[in-house]
Amino acid sequence: MTREPILTARGLVKRYGRVVALDRTDFDLYPGEVLAVIGDNGAGKSTLIKAISGAVTPDAGEIRLEGRPVHFTSPMRARDAGIETVYQNLALSPALSIADNLFMGRELRAPGLMGKIFRKLDRKEMERIARDKLSELGLMTIQNINQAVETLSGGQRQGVAVARAAAFGSKVVIMDEPTAALGVKESRRVLELIRDVKARGLPIVLISHNMPHVFEVADRIHIHRLGRRIAVIRPSDYSMSDAVAIMTGAMEPPDAPAAERADGAGP
Amino acid sequence: MSERDARDAEGYGEGLATRSGDVATFDGQGHSLLDAIQHKLHARPEFVPLIVLVVSVAIFGVVLGSKFFSPFALTLILQQVAIVGIVGCAQSLVILTAGIDLSVGAIMVLSSVVMGQFTFRYGLPPEIAVLCGLACGALCGMINGMLVALMRLPPFIVTLGMWQIVLATNFLFSANETIRSQDIEAQAPILQFFGEKFNIGGAIFTYGVIALFVLVLVLNYALNHTAWGRHVMAIGDDPDAAELAGVRVARMRISVYTLAGLICALAGWVMIGRLGSVSPTTGQFTNIESITAVVIGGISLFGGRGSVLGMLFGALIVGVFSLGLRLIGTDPQWTYLLIGVLIIVAVAIDQWIRKVAA
Repeated sequence: MTREPILTARGLVKRYGRVVALDRTDFDLYPGEVLAVIGDNGAGKSTLIKAISGAVTPDAGEIRLEGRPVHFTSPMRARDAGIETVYQNLALSPALSIADNLFMGRELRAPGLMGKIFRKLDRKEMERIARDKLSELGLMTIQNINQAVETLSGGQRQGVAVARAAAFGSKVVIMDEPTAALGVKESRRVLELIRDVKARGLPIVLISHNMPHVFEVADRIHIHRLGRRIAVIRPSDYSMSDAVAIMTGAMEPPDAPAAERADGAGP
Repeated sequence: MSERDARDAEGYGEGLATRSGDVATFDGQGHSLLDAIQHKLHARPEFVPLIVLVVSVAIFGVVLGSKFFSPFALTLILQQVAIVGIVGCAQSLVILTAGIDLSVGAIMVLSSVVMGQFTFRYGLPPEIAVLCGLACGALCGMINGMLVALMRLPPFIVTLGMWQIVLATNFLFSANETIRSQDIEAQAPILQFFGEKFNIGGAIFTYGVIALFVLVLVLNYALNHTAWGRHVMAIGDDPDAAELAGVRVARMRISVYTLAGLICALAGWVMIGRLGSVSPTTGQFTNIESITAVVIGGISLFGGRGSVLGMLFGALIVGVFSLGLRLIGTDPQWTYLLIGVLIIVAVAIDQWIRKVAA
């Protein structure tokens, strides 16, 4: 019952000129859970996520990963620490192959002289790992690992981006609006993917506007309003309209947030 | 369960309960022959120029017979194409990152002038002068790269400016003075190294031609089999995505423009071999010729697609048309007309290949 959170933030502040995007906000992510972050437009949830993923450096406050304070100055640093982000635009190179995209920025070099002197890539090994990673997530119906990403459908591309994050994210995976651009069937597939990643023990931060999706996969819901965390609820305790009411200020947030008791179990 | 019912009543949860077993299936679509060709070209963009090259060599061979289809004539094309091909390598790298380099010709000429003048005006050993020329080209390229990558100026504008700056520097520094071929031959033969010829059964090669082939193969390897090359393609594809995926875009851009400058300087050295002399007024059309070779070679001007092999085929196509039509005895304007048609057809094919996306 008293498991330590894997990722916490305390008193994060971020100002853009006179606009306060983050107003002493807190954040807690527990091992093995899917934490949804919801909030109205302009509530500061994307700034919060950027602070956690290293894209934005907060003006004040502290972020701790597994209890140790961390200071991310770029997404690369967060990645090195084991936090992977699936961006809304996916950050894939359409003309390159699935394998190339999976290993973009962290390519494997061939062993021996060819790798050392001629910096030859270890294509075979990268393809093998890519195939493994996609199979683990049940995506190996993608026929050819050397297929260009632009020949894939929207859901398949999302799958590749998620596979990349799951393959390299050793501690946390952040997903920004993964179902926003997808149709009903493909959204279903991505929700399955989120479950699969969770089943492998990785905690997930899910940013989404889609309440049914949030309520379907989230263990807890972090509600962001006016730059702060005003509530953390369990989807089993509240209805979607309650969540929306809290999010928009139409309903008082509950006093004792469910944040304090996290047992990681689903609803 | 009452929870869920409540949600359903609110109209949020419809569809949740009816989760179907077959989620989005990830299977391929049926391929017609045209689709198959489109996919093939998408994977290997150099096939189009290769086919055009083979067909045009065959046609000229049939029409002109042994006058064209001889080792001598065919290798003459190679010699004529060597300089444009080497500059085209530089241009290919830049265009693959979705940039363009209008200063390639100017950098080439300035570098050759530096090699010549450092030897003859300042009395440096010609080997050192060659190194200075190469460094000069790399420096010009690096300035381009820094302005594009760090100042975030459009490559077209940066290199348009550098074209004028480098060309003016070239005329001011050289005082518009040509270094004669006999002097170079007597005092600094290494400057003419790439012009040296050797004969293999009637086929005449120069070291410049060899340099072109080696360079194309090296770059083809680097682009396809090293992380650096994959990053070049990724930047041309979508620089923001590449950055988020962990590519250091600014550093990559600087390295690409610097390497392009260095390759232009190499072209300048090869040009001394071809002309024999060092002349500040040559290379006026190298810019346009290199871009022509790149475009006919199937490299997309929007970046991220194409291969340096294609560029080589593109340069050879231009060479074949020029020599073939000259041997036939037509007005040389026909060459330009046909090359113009080829450019437009090449871009149209590029647009078609891009539509391959599912």
